[in-house]
Amino acid sequence: MAASPVPHDTVDPPAVRVRDLRMSYGDHQVLTGVDFDVHRGEVVCLLGPNGAGKTTTIEVLEGFRLPSAGTVEVLGVDPATGDDAWRARIGVVLQSWRDHPRWTPRRLLAYLAGYYEPYSTPAHPRPWDVEDLLVIVGLTEEADRKIATLSGGRRRRLDVAVGLIGRPELLFLDEPTAGFDPQARRDFHDLVHRLSDLEGTSILLTTHDLGEAERLADRIIILADGRIVADGSAEQLTRQVAGTSEVRWCRDGEHFVHATDEVVPFVRQLLAQHGDELTDLEVRRADLEDTYIAMVQRFESRPRRHLAEVAR
Amino acid sequence: MSASRQAVRQGLRRGWTEFVQSLRSPQDQGFYLFTGVVTLGVLWINRDNEVGTTGLAYPTFALPSVLAALLVFGVVIGPAYSLAMEREDGTLLRHKALPHGMEGYVTGQLTLQSLSLAPSLLIVLLPSLLLFDGVMQGGAGGWLAVLGLVVLGMLATMPWGMVLGSVVPGVQKVGTWGMLPVILLMATSGVLVPIQAMWGWVQAVAQVFPVYWLGLGMRSAFLPPEAVVNELGDSWRTGPMLLVLGAWAVAGLVVAPRVLRRMARKQSGSTVEAARETALQWVR
Repeated sequence: MAASPVPHDTVDPPAVRVRDLRMSYGDHQVLTGVDFDVHRGEVVCLLGPNGAGKTTTIEVLEGFRLPSAGTVEVLGVDPATGDDAWRARIGVVLQSWRDHPRWTPRRLLAYLAGYYEPYSTPAHPRPWDVEDLLVIVGLTEEADRKIATLSGGRRRRLDVAVGLIGRPELLFLDEPTAGFDPQARRDFHDLVHRLSDLEGTSILLTTHDLGEAERLADRIIILADGRIVADGSAEQLTRQVAGTSEVRWCRDGEHFVHATDEVVPFVRQLLAQHGDELTDLEVRRADLEDTYIAMVQRFESRPRRHLAEVAR
Repeated sequence: MSASRQAVRQGLRRGWTEFVQSLRSPQDQGFYLFTGVVTLGVLWINRDNEVGTTGLAYPTFALPSVLAALLVFGVVIGPAYSLAMEREDGTLLRHKALPHGMEGYVTGQLTLQSLSLAPSLLIVLLPSLLLFDGVMQGGAGGWLAVLGLVVLGMLATMPWGMVLGSVVPGVQKVGTWGMLPVILLMATSGVLVPIQAMWGWVQAVAQVFPVYWLGLGMRSAFLPPEAVVNELGDSWRTGPMLLVLGAWAVAGLVVAPRVLRRMARKQSGSTVEAARETALQWVR
């Protein structure tokens, strides 16, 4: 069962399959029909503003929350009925806070690793060797320090190590780099690439950091106000938004802006029409950030529901 | 090897690790020392007082009841506090994400709380044996009975500590939901004040709960036979005592797993996050 890194022609069922996922708490609709797949070996980023439903989506997939409606399959299994053998194939990186303050990273990882031993197979040995994992996440120096004394960034590395300890086929990360300094963030990005390239791990992560999504993901799914507003690679998304380029010019002291897909014909026409009257001609290609903001704004300018992040 | 058995083994390992860490922590050492010194101080000050008409010294009479009180307090408040805390800080969620993790977690909690009982009882019992005369009047049989009662008392009360820790809305509520009722129960159950000092209806209510019966059992194990005249109905009521404690144990072992499962189902990253927000506001 070699997992193909190519997204669209895999033989295996997708790592994650979501169809018409809906979630509401009373009158408050958090997800209003979400559909997407994560293919084997793919790194997919759920991107969206706070309250868009990212955390709710990932918690449904982790089996920590029951959806109101829709079908969800994770490694071919409904998370609501997923058993412990299913659980052993999945890694969850949690936002820890102050748990296990008296433990050391080495001791905690060795303890957690024990749960995965019965699920080891020759084809897929589990768990990770604790020493190797400490090296991979860069925690060797702090391995024997009390967890309570670790800095925020080091703690998050430990969280990632905990999510990885069972050598998961599919890894969920919710806001993995919140509170990271730039160096820690770059190290983390390297780690994600390594996991995806070397281990073939399928990864689904949430972030509200666009740059991070662009750097990490094979595919970006933008969630806004409880639904998917865009799904594709960074490049595809940039092309999707109406008018990928912006032309600005100045004529008779007046400023004009026009968004267009066809930059060259438009500019040719513009020059032909106005010739020397034109000053300050500027063509700017929309980048992903423009796309993202445009998409989120388009959906949020509609009659809006509550955007408060859902607490329970 | 079965994954379930492996998880229980991991739980035992967890309980032991946490126990050793607790013994090494100045905070927990301070707690043990504090309860020890206060209890022994009260017994010491009253060492020359005699109780009732039996000529028993106060420390001899009071020690069995004090041990019962310490046991109940330890195994109810201990797990209640741990559980409420670990629901909030994400420990539980980590285990929920593991295969058979909840089995391991609960085993760990039971192991830790049982082991922690040893220092909290011994810190009072061992010095008492040196400081006071005639603490144990029941001989070897008495010690055996004490051991049995400690186990039965744990079974009868610890599940309720776990239930408490599962239902309290937050760690700050353990005081009002847990500490207050337990202290009230101890005050009325004849382990701190003789039960005869209470109104009749209070006596009746106290005899529904396990604290009174554990105290009675402990006294029957430590004290000489003639001390029975200090008890209600001039009887140790050994049969009813075993029955009541047994009933609480069975009820607890039926109820606790259900409540724990229900609580675990509701755990998610958002609940931990919400608890964190609340706690941070508390700090601000």
